[in-house]
Amino acid sequence: MSYIRRTKDELAARVARDIPEGATVNLGIGQPTLVANHIPPTLEILLHSENGILGMGPAPAAGQEDYDLINAGKQPVTLLQGGAYFHHADSFAMMRGGHLDICVLGAFQVSATGDLANWHTGEPGAIPAVGGAMDLAIGAKQTWVMMDLLTKQGQSKLVSACSYPLTGIGCVKRVYTDLATLACTANGLLVIDMVPGLTLEALSELIGLPLA
Amino acid sequence: MINKFVDSVAEALADTPDGATVLIGGFGTAGIPDELIEGLLVQGAKDLTLVNNNAGNGDQGLAALLKAGRVRKVLCSFPRQTDSHVFDALYRSGQVELELVPQGNLAERIRAAGAGIGGFFSPTGYGTDLAKNADGSLKETREINGRMYVYETPIHGDLALIRAERGDRWGNLTFRKSARNFGPVMAMAARKTVASVYEKAELGGIDPETVITPGIFVHAVVHIPRVATQAGGIKA
Repeated sequence: MSYIRRTKDELAARVARDIPEGATVNLGIGQPTLVANHIPPTLEILLHSENGILGMGPAPAAGQEDYDLINAGKQPVTLLQGGAYFHHADSFAMMRGGHLDICVLGAFQVSATGDLANWHTGEPGAIPAVGGAMDLAIGAKQTWVMMDLLTKQGQSKLVSACSYPLTGIGCVKRVYTDLATLACTANGLLVIDMVPGLTLEALSELIGLPLA
Repeated sequence: MINKFVDSVAEALADTPDGATVLIGGFGTAGIPDELIEGLLVQGAKDLTLVNNNAGNGDQGLAALLKAGRVRKVLCSFPRQTDSHVFDALYRSGQVELELVPQGNLAERIRAAGAGIGGFFSPTGYGTDLAKNADGSLKETREINGRMYVYETPIHGDLALIRAERGDRWGNLTFRKSARNFGPVMAMAARKTVASVYEKAELGGIDPETVITPGIFVHAVVHIPRVATQAGGIKA
């Protein structure tokens, strides 16, 4: 049996394919930021940035950076025609108030029932930092996670219960990985798709949990 | 005549007491009131509690205040940065206290203080380590319409330092792009709010439809010559 993992760009494209026109979307810092590169320019999809931007556009051309206009990862961005600025309390009201359709976050671990751990390893001496992760995780109508399925040591990041400190409980709807796309449900994991060549049995063995 | 313009940062910050809680605006490179933070460093108040999204970058600004031993406690959402070495060292050696607050709870707790709200129930953080008090006990929770919420308290400032774009002598302010961030909510929540502006407007020179922070929330306005906001301080 042989299969090929999705590259980071293929994974970003896979996530982008599920975002419908008209959606308001927050892309977390790190890997989820790549999703923006795969949203077809013909679709009107509004990107939200926690620091007070709706209708965020791509990075500016070199030399055109305006450091008063940055994304949550503190990189220079642009504003689309029709975009808007607002203050932090309004920005997080958009999340917490259930106005955002989708957020895409990275994760250390996700449980089969959708618990998320992505803010702190809990290791001694580690400086904890949470940013907007907890607000996004429980606020958006749908929280999606984008991550490699396995750690560098080969352990599944999809687990029966998270061992890292939690970001939110039962908040993740879908997990997009380099090997498969899965839904988290109250009854456990459902497979939405797999890379060609991978079988349900092999995937279940990698994850160590039953799959439906 | 009402005139909130003051001639210098030093004059605006002269009455800052030791032990003050200082709300400081800014996110990344946008909206950080560098000149006011520098002024606070020069002014000398100590035993400060700082409220900001981060906990200082590099060796300037907040990091310089921390390094000078002037800060007792930091409330923020994201202290860990590639260049937060000053905070990291003080935190690890127990010389500064940290209250880590999810970013939306931070903004809303500040807004609540400004709006006279005695706290609120937030779904953010329920069931996590950040729904605990400093002593490890659980914060109060409540089920509302089938969902669990955590009680969060307001964050009042003795002083707020914010960077705005234009201001008039009544203290009305406009902001620029994502430099707005925490400015408007912090302005509401402090006993004294000092804003730096790049441009002094005549009374009536700011279209009232575009005023973001009405002057009632602002006590002193300092004009700082415009310089383009630059990269730096924060490294990806």
